Amino acid sequence: MIDALQDELVGRGLIDEVQVLETSHISEQPAGLEMVIYPEGVHYIGLTAEDVPYIVDEHFLKGRVVKRFLAKEKPSDDELGPPKSKEVRVVLRNCGKIDPENIEDYILEDGYEALGKVLSEMTPEQVIEQVTNSGLRGRGGAGFSTGKKWQFAKGAPGKVKYIICNADEGDPGAFMNRRVLESDPHSVIEGMIIAAYAIGAAQGYVYCRAEYPMAVKRLNIALKQARAIGLLGKNILGSDYSFDLEVRIGAGAFVCGEETALMASIEGKRGEPRPRPPFPAIQGLWGKPTNINNVETYANIPQIIMQGAAWFASMGTEKSKGTKTFAIAGDVQNSGLIEVPLGITLREVIYDVGGGIKDNKNFKAVQTGGPMGGCLPSPYLDMPVDYESLMSAGSIMGSGGMIVMDEDTCMVDIARFFMDFTQDESCGKCTPCRVGTRRILEILNRICDGDGREGDIETLEMLCKQIKTTSLCGLGQGAPNPVESTLKHFRAEYEAHIREKRCPSKVCRKLINYKIVDACTGCLVCARNCPVNAISGQRRQLHVIDAETCIRCGICEQVCNFNAVVVWS
Amino acid sequence: MAIKSLDELRKLKEQALKRRETTQSTGRVQVIVPMGTPGIAAGARETLKAILESIETENLSDVIVRQTGNSGLDEWEPIVQVMVGDQPKVTYGKVSAERAKRIMKEHVIGEKIVAELVVPQ
Repeated sequence: MIDALQDELVGRGLIDEVQVLETSHISEQPAGLEMVIYPEGVHYIGLTAEDVPYIVDEHFLKGRVVKRFLAKEKPSDDELGPPKSKEVRVVLRNCGKIDPENIEDYILEDGYEALGKVLSEMTPEQVIEQVTNSGLRGRGGAGFSTGKKWQFAKGAPGKVKYIICNADEGDPGAFMNRRVLESDPHSVIEGMIIAAYAIGAAQGYVYCRAEYPMAVKRLNIALKQARAIGLLGKNILGSDYSFDLEVRIGAGAFVCGEETALMASIEGKRGEPRPRPPFPAIQGLWGKPTNINNVETYANIPQIIMQGAAWFASMGTEKSKGTKTFAIAGDVQNSGLIEVPLGITLREVIYDVGGGIKDNKNFKAVQTGGPMGGCLPSPYLDMPVDYESLMSAGSIMGSGGMIVMDEDTCMVDIARFFMDFTQDESCGKCTPCRVGTRRILEILNRICDGDGREGDIETLEMLCKQIKTTSLCGLGQGAPNPVESTLKHFRAEYEAHIREKRCPSKVCRKLINYKIVDACTGCLVCARNCPVNAISGQRRQLHVIDAETCIRCGICEQVCNFNAVVVWS
Repeated sequence: MAIKSLDELRKLKEQALKRRETTQSTGRVQVIVPMGTPGIAAGARETLKAILESIETENLSDVIVRQTGNSGLDEWEPIVQVMVGDQPKVTYGKVSAERAKRIMKEHVIGEKIVAELVVPQ
C-alpha cells in the first residue's frame, strides 16, 4: 500500500506536501490496512491498495473525509462536542443540537410526542404509576420520589390545583437549569403539562431567577409558540384537558429556591419560608394543593413517558435511578456541565469526565451540592454518587453543583467562604439561621486572621449542631454542612490555624509571609511592582521584604522570573 | 393553527422534516453557532456577525447558519460547528471574529479543515 500511496502522490504532484510515515500498528486489532492522516488525525481502516487513489483524490485533493473507511472515533452526528466517556445525555439530549427558539426543532426530536401519548392513551393514574415505577427522584436536591409527590397532590382535596417549576437556581457556580431552559425549554414545558395533567392542575408557573434573562426570554418564546399551535391553553391536542403556564421572575433572593419561600414570592409576598407541614401538596400556592418540582425533574418526564419506566430505571443504582447533571467547577481540567448516570464514582466524574486536577496538582476535596454541601476528601473518591451515599458522607446531592479543590486550598478559608454566602442569604425569619450563621462566620474570620482560640472548634461544633436541628428551612439546616464536614475531615488544618497560627495551604493572608531567597538576581522587578514599597535592595543584590509594610498581595511572587519569592507559614 | 390530535402533531413533524430537508439540500454547508449565556459571554455574537458578514462579502448562497443553545463545551466558547455536505461535524473552539473569518475562508469555501482550531478530543 505504501508503494501505491507514494506512486499516487507522485502522480498528482503532492509528494512534496505529503510525508508518508511508516509505523508498527495503529489499532490494537487492525481491520485490514489502515492509515492516519494528520493534522486532522483522520483514521481510515479496512483499506486495500486499490482504495488508495480514491482516498488521495477525495481527501488530499478535495479535502473531503471518506466516510466509508472512517474508524469509529469521530463523533457521530448527535454528539454535541468531543464525546466525554461515561456521559449519558437524557436531560441534555437536545442541548446544543436544536434551536431553542424554534418549536419545530423540538418537534423534530420527537417533542410533544409524549404529551400526545399521555392525553390520548393514558389516565392520570397511569402517568403517576409510570413516573413512580421509573424511580425518578426530585432533582432539586432533597430526592423525594417524584411519582409519590404527584400522588399526594392528586389525592389532595380541592378542585383548584397548581403546578410550579422551580428554576430559581442560586448555588454559586451551578448552571444546570439555565442550560436546560436556554437550550431546550420545550422539554421542561412538556414535562410540566404532563405533570399538570397527572395531578389535575389547570394553571402552572415557572419561577425563574432574574439573573437568567436569556432563559426567561427563551421560555416566553417557547410558551408563545406552544400556545400558538394549541399545546397550551384550552383543549390541548383536541382533548378536554386545558392548561396554561406563566413565567414568574425572582428578585434575587437565594432563599426563594426553598419551596415555601418560592410560593410566597409568587403570591407577591416577601420570600420567606414557612414551617412544613402542611406540605405544598396539601396547602401550597394560595392555600391550594400544589406540585413543585425542579427544572431537571420535569425535563426527564417526556423521556420516561416515551421510553418507559424500565428504561429509566435501568440507569443508576438501586435507589437512585437515571442520570444527573452536574456543574463541575474549581481546580478541574474540564470545568462545565456534564450528565452522568447516578452511581458513578466521584473519581470517575472528576478524573474521567472532568479530566483530572489542573496543573497536575493533587486532589484535596470535592464539595457537592452547592453552598450547603459538605467537603469530601480523597477517601471518598470511590464512593458512588447517589442520594444516600452523599447523605451518609455528610454532604448532599443538592441540585448538582460540584466544586473540585486542589492541594493549595485552605479548608478553613473554604468553610468561611460558604458561610459568608449562607450568612448573607439567610432571610432572617428564624433565629438559629440568622444569628447562628453569623456567629459561625465571626469565629471563622477570627481563625483565619490568626486570632483563633482554644475552644473555638468545640463552639463551632455546637453551633453547627444547633443550627442544623432548629432552623426553619433547608437553608439553615444545610448551612453548617461545609463547616461540619471540614471540621471532620480537615481538623488538623483548623488546629494549625488556632494553635500554631499557621495556614498549612498558605492561603490565609494574615498567617503567611513572603520571603526572598538566594535565587534572587537583584533584577528589581519585584521592588518596582510592590504597591506598598515593602521591598528594598540594590541592583544585583539579594532583595528583602519588610514584613511590617507587606500586605501579602502576592504580586512579587507573580512577577518574579526566578522563583525567588517564596511563601511560608 | 391549533393542533387537534397526536396525528396532527405528527403531520406537523413531517412537514417540518420536509422543510428542513429542502433547506438542507439547498445548502452545501451548515454552520452552527451555539448561543447560550456562556457562548454570548465569550463573544459568540461577534463571531456570528463575522460569519454573516463573510457570507455577504463572499456572496455565498449555499451556506446555512443555525443557532442552537449551549453546546456543553463552555471552556471552548465561542464554538462554531461546520458540516460540509454529509461529512462529520467539525467543532471549532475559541472562535473569535477573526478566526471565524478564517474558518469561513478555509473550511466553508475551501473545504479544508482548519486543524489547529478544532477542539481536541
